[in-house]
Formats: sequence, structure tokens, C-alpha cells
Amino acid sequence: MHNKTQTKTVPHITVSNLTMTYGDYVVIRDLDFTINRGDVFAVMGGSGCGKSTLMRILIGLKSPAKGSVHYQDVNFWEMSESGRNKMMQRMGILYQSGALWSSLTLAENVALPLEQYTCLSKNGIREFVTLKLALVGLAGFENYYPSEISGGMRKRAGLARAMALDPDVLFFDEPSAGLDPISAKMLDDLIIEIKESLGATIVIVTHELPSIFAIANNSIFLDTATRTAVAAGDPKKMLKTSNNPNVIRFLTRGDKIAKQ
Amino acid sequence: MHRQTYADGILPVKLIMLGEDMAKAKLDILYPCPDTIKINFSGQWQTGRQIPSRPDIEKLTQDGAIRKLQFESNGLTFWDSSVVVFVSGILKQCEPAGITVDQTGLPSGAKRLLTLASAVAPKTGADKNSDADQFLARIGDKGIQVHSSILMTFEFIGDLTLSFGRLIRGKAHFRMADVYELLQECGWKALPIVSLISILVGLILAFMGAVQLRLFDAQIYVADLVAIGMAREMAPIMTGVIISGRTGAAFAANIGTMQVNEEVDALKTLGLSPIDYLVLPRVLVLVLMMPLLCLYSDLLGLAGGMAVGIGMMDIPYIQYLEHTRQAVDITDFSIGLVKSVLFGFIVALSGCLQGMYCGRSASAVGLATTSAVVIAIVYIVVADGLFAVITNMIGI
Repeated sequence: MHNKTQTKTVPHITVSNLTMTYGDYVVIRDLDFTINRGDVFAVMGGSGCGKSTLMRILIGLKSPAKGSVHYQDVNFWEMSESGRNKMMQRMGILYQSGALWSSLTLAENVALPLEQYTCLSKNGIREFVTLKLALVGLAGFENYYPSEISGGMRKRAGLARAMALDPDVLFFDEPSAGLDPISAKMLDDLIIEIKESLGATIVIVTHELPSIFAIANNSIFLDTATRTAVAAGDPKKMLKTSNNPNVIRFLTRGDKIAKQ
Repeated sequence: MHRQTYADGILPVKLIMLGEDMAKAKLDILYPCPDTIKINFSGQWQTGRQIPSRPDIEKLTQDGAIRKLQFESNGLTFWDSSVVVFVSGILKQCEPAGITVDQTGLPSGAKRLLTLASAVAPKTGADKNSDADQFLARIGDKGIQVHSSILMTFEFIGDLTLSFGRLIRGKAHFRMADVYELLQECGWKALPIVSLISILVGLILAFMGAVQLRLFDAQIYVADLVAIGMAREMAPIMTGVIISGRTGAAFAANIGTMQVNEEVDALKTLGLSPIDYLVLPRVLVLVLMMPLLCLYSDLLGLAGGMAVGIGMMDIPYIQYLEHTRQAVDITDFSIGLVKSVLFGFIVALSGCLQGMYCGRSASAVGLATTSAVVIAIVYIVVADGLFAVITNMIGI
């Protein structure tokens, strides 16, 4: 596994003037934010605020209605499709449901990206797969099918697959959704561990407060009412300094309402 | 008064013990002051049992003299949502009539439920069906749907063509293991059902022909009928229909479920084309396997016909075979095989198309599967009709 030396202030993903729509319906407008290299960046907001749509744009599944997404200096949505596909190979994505290919075993799931994009031998791939599955605590489960393991294990296997090609940036869509508190905590610890060892930038779409406070060092808050980002920065600082009542209500589970 | 709670199973017994009178839900309207009306609940108010009908507040207001409404519930021995629904209906009547409602006499739990139900104002403009009720709007919506589904089909065929291009250049990514599995699935695993249907179709053709041909003492021509019928029409059509119900439906359900589970997204974000990875192998396999299945169906259909010819009409088998040989030539079989290739393409295309454009719910997968089969069968029959016209025009 490679370890990259990074300074925290190098911008990795820059989103400018981004507007997202579903048909005629504007989900979020005029979004501007920067994710620095090595950040654990949380995209927060209530249900239906456009978090997942934003992630689909960042990972190349949905084109924005307006605005741009830059990975370092490269305009992601103005590249050719093949160029974008190449960039996508440098991303690892953990989907909400794990999204493991159900007809393949865990080992085959993790091996597929390696088979497609590396020139490793069969043995080499097997060693890689064993390592990646061991990293997420699933050593010995190589020959299991996704339907034979629990939801939490499926997420971890999804993470092993997302890490298969040692990505520059890892995206997590609601990583702790549907997990019990202990499994959720274990996944959070794993994310931190991976970030520190792999040196990847991590983007997490979530509304799980314990996760946000435990692992994120940077964030934006998307507001359903105004359909834009109303706060940005470290979530812990945001809790102390934000004046926006929706942000405070969200970060305190509605216990505290910001003084207007 | 607090809501009474009962452990499971005790409630019915308790109700019987209370007696009919105690158990009955009762409602009394009282006038404690000239401007006040009081509604008194008593007895058992339980959903599913008979409860008094809701009074018309407007009639009770005595021409506007009543300004206040109170409740009394000391006589209530059991209550549930039926009281809450009852009271909220009364509240709705009181508001326009300008009557102040005092809820203090209600059970405290019921008061809390009423507060909870009115905490969030109903969303305005949320009536989703308002436009759809209009006849013209419905026609318009349908038109837009048809238009977009035609565009979708062409887009899909375009994507598939590009994918073929990548296959020829050796740049299409898919797993050979998937291809072997699909070959098995569409090949020998389909043989039992294809065998059964083909033999039966051969038998039916022979029986049908025998009845008519016997009138002219021309039973021997059953061999011709079965051979031409199977080779040109029945074998490709029946295998097409069987495979669309068996394999086309499986393609749609399989890819549709992958769509629901975000597995297709996971392929895309890995930079792999789902068309290359999922659709191309399926189309190739069916286009390859259908002619083989069709040929197999031809043989079994002939065997079925021969069984009737030899077993029931006492045609010597040498004579039957000879007639069959004279009746069909390689052209008839070729027409059947070309058709089966086309039908295989239609089945694979409709199955994969419906799967790829499947919505993200369980019912969407069901719909995709049904559409895949129906569309495939319709297009198979349409294509067969076109074939009949074309072969007739060019005289083969």
C-alpha cells in the first residue's frame, strides 16, 4: 500500500457554481465548496436535500445542470467519456447497500477491478484480494456470496472493493445506514484507519451525527428550504459558531435552536 | 381519565364480562349553559365496533347561539383512535362555525394525539393527481411516455452497436465466466422445455393435418405439413416464445435487480460499461444459441409428427421419411434459422433494455420482467409476419 505525503491545504475537489436538477425541479443551486487533499469531508443535510444527488455528480453518474466539478485542475464534466472513465478508476465508492455484484463471490467482487485495470497475475490478484478483505476484517470469507453474509459485512466487503485499486478519493454513501451502533462505530474507525494509512481524500454523505463528529474535519450543510449550502467547515466548529437555525437544529437533533 | 390498556387476549373476555350495556359506545349532547354545548362520551369506544354517528354541529348551534363546545369523558371505559377521529371531525366543523372548543374534558392521551395530528399543517398543492384527472392531460402524458420509450430504445440500440464495435476491436470488457454460464443457461438447461413443446407442436400439426387430409385420402402429406410447418414457422416461433418467457424474463429481472441494488452504478463508477459487461454477452449468447435450439426443435417436431404418422395413420416410416425429405430443403431450414437469430436478438434486446431502464423498486422489477416478455413476443410475431411477406415476395 502506498503512503502519500500531503499537505492539508491542497485542493483536491473544487465544486463551483453547481446546480443540480431532476427534470424541472431544482434540487440544489449555486453550490461552491472545496475539498482538500486528505480531508474527511461530510456532506450533511436532512432527507431529500440533495446529498445523494451531489454524490452522483461527483462520481460521474449524473451530469450537473450548471457549474463545474474540478478534480485538481481537471474539469471532470468537460472531459471525454473515456477520460472521465479513467478518472473514475481512481475513485472508490461504497454504496449505501454495498452494491456488491450478487453473482460473484466476495473475492471475485474485489478481484474484478484488479483484473480489469492491472496486469497482475492470477496469484498476484489473489494475494491482493486476501489483503483487502483482511483489512476490512473479512479474512476467510473469500468464497462467500453477498447473500450469505450480514448487512454490516456486505458494507465492509463493499469497502474492500472500493479500496481495490488504492483510490485517491473514497466516497461513502450513508455508510452507517442500517447498521447497529457498534458496527457503525467499527466502520467509522475503519474509515479513519484507511484514511490515515492510504492517504486518500474521503467524502461521506451522511446524516449520522456521531459519525460526523467522530470522523469529519470538513463539511457542508445542504438546506432543503433554501436549496443551497448554508454552512461549511469543521462540523465541531460549525456547531459552536453557526447562526443558522437549521444547521444548529440538525447538529443538535433539534434540542437547541440557534438564537436569531 | 387515562386510556385503559389490556394485555393481549384479555380484551375480548373483559368486553363480554362488562355486559352489553356497559360495552356499548354512547354519546350524549348536553346544554350546560345557553351558549355552551357539551358532548359526553361513555361506554366502550373501540374501532370496529358500532359507535354513534357524528352529530351535525351546525344543527346543534341553535342558530348561532352556541359559541363554546366542551367534552366530558368520565363515563368512558375504553377508548382508541375512534374517539380521536370522531373529535377531529367535530373540530373541523367547529372551525368554520366560529365555535371555541375546550378539549379539557377529553382523555389526556386523546388530547395529545389530536395535538400531534395538527402539529404539521397539511402540505398545500400536494394533490398529485389533479392534472392527471383531465382526459387530455392523460393522453398527453401517454404520448410523452411513448415518445420517450421510442427514443430510449433507439439510444439503447445505438449503445449496443458501439459496444459491438468495441468487441470487434477487442476493447469490450466482460467476464468469459459469465458467457459460459449464460451459454449453459440458454443452451442445454432450456432443452427439456424446448423438447416438450416441440414434440407436442409436431404432434398437434400432424393431428390437425391428418383430420383434414384423411378426407382426400392424402394422409401421407402429413409428413410434408409437419416438415414445412416446423422448419419455416413453428420451431423458430415456439423457441422464441419459450426463450422470451424463460431467458428474456430472467435477463430483465436480473439486470433490473442489479439496478435496484446499485450494482449497475458500481460498474459505471469503475469505468466499466454496463452495456459491454451485462448486455453484450447476453445478446451474443442468445444470438448464438437460438439457431441451435431452433434446429433441435425442428428435429423433435419432426419426430413428434412422425410418431402420429407412423403410430396412428400406419404410414410406413421409410415412406414418411422420404416424403419429409422431398418436402423440405435447406432453404426452409435456413429461413427458420435466420428467423431464430433475429428472434434471439429481439428477446435479448427487450430483456436487457427493460432491465437497464428499470426503476428502483421491487414493483419496477416486476413491471420490467412483464414488459420484457410481452414486448419480445409482440415483436417476434410482427417480425415473423414481415418475414412471411418478404419470403413470399422473393419467392422462397
